[in-house]
Amino acid sequence: MAIEVRIPTILRNLTGGDKAVEGKGGTLGELFADLDVRHPGLRDRLVDDKGLRKFVNVYLNDEDVRFLAGLETEVADGDNVTILPAVAGG
Amino acid sequence: MRFDSLLDSLGRTPLVGLPRLSPSADVRIWAKLEDRNPTGSVKDRPAFYMIEKAEKDGLLTPGCTILEPTSGNTGISLAMVAKLRGYRMVCVMPENTSSERRQLLEMWGAEIISSPAAGGSNEAVRVAKRLSAENPDWVMLYQYGNEANALAHYETTGPEILADLPTVTHFVAGLGTTGTLMGVGRYLRERVPDVKVVAAEPRYGELVYGLRNIDEGFIPELYDDSVLTTRFSVGSRDALRRTRELLEREGIFAGVSTGGALHAAIGMANKAVKAGERADIVFIVADGGWKYLSTGAYGGTLDEAEARLEGQLWA
Repeated sequence: MAIEVRIPTILRNLTGGDKAVEGKGGTLGELFADLDVRHPGLRDRLVDDKGLRKFVNVYLNDEDVRFLAGLETEVADGDNVTILPAVAGG
Repeated sequence: MRFDSLLDSLGRTPLVGLPRLSPSADVRIWAKLEDRNPTGSVKDRPAFYMIEKAEKDGLLTPGCTILEPTSGNTGISLAMVAKLRGYRMVCVMPENTSSERRQLLEMWGAEIISSPAAGGSNEAVRVAKRLSAENPDWVMLYQYGNEANALAHYETTGPEILADLPTVTHFVAGLGTTGTLMGVGRYLRERVPDVKVVAAEPRYGELVYGLRNIDEGFIPELYDDSVLTTRFSVGSRDALRRTRELLEREGIFAGVSTGGALHAAIGMANKAVKAGERADIVFIVADGGWKYLSTGAYGGTLDEAEARLEGQLWA
């Protein structure tokens, strides 16, 4: 078991074209660090020194992690993480 | 009910209970039927407010051209008000929106400029901003950053909900311009201790997220995350499934984005049941299903409908 992370089209150049990758960690921040080992540069596209980048939305089991605990949000095997760029609606 | 004109009849929409989809007598779900507005969507409220404000501010004078980036409903509402008030209406709309929206816009006299499907509404906003710069005499009301959008909901939708249901505990709506959630959310937060304000954000097919760069994302200027309790991303499958459930079990024929809001509402209801708390959860029926018939959302299996909706802007 691992945590599945869905990758948006614009970041798949960092995952060899894979739509989803797997990783592990106790928190979202640890998960991103783990992913960065196999997909170098990915973490830097998601996170800056202030936390999640402005136009990056991350959902844990469909809930926006900014309303959970951000990078400190706890994650566990079997969870689904979705990364999406912020887009307009309306 | 009698009104002097169509615009006078705007708002004061019914709030109806969902006895079959509500999990218990203590945890109830309520639908605010915003399809019962003059052009059939919640957007009539902000459209009317934005035009009224622009007139008061002296920005809009007879014969003016209004420009707006819109995936449909706001454009339709603006076109109706513009027609009655004597303005020309130009909409910038992504090409991957339903044909009914185009037909309706044209019926109310709007001119449509298509923006590329890839990038969705982001591209429409970009194109509209360019046109606005090229045509300085056009008036872009700009729903994403116009305070009158949220104010319409603060002054009308919010008070209507609280008057009809003083025991409200949750408010759930789709997240687009964020105007509905910001306006109703602020109104309820000032008056209902611990009210939960929940956003249901549509998650589209991949085409819509085809930005050139992740730094080109878009966050509406109206958005203030401190108003929200939480925010869910709802995929087209869950939105379709709930849209059909709403029709099957409660008889309400709604658009696909309403299914997204209902999905989040049911999620909150289940949470309340688990926690043993009472709840009165209001969600917004943003529009009826009429404009989405051609998308195939209501026919065939869920798999087929989901496949047909891929790449479409359904909210």
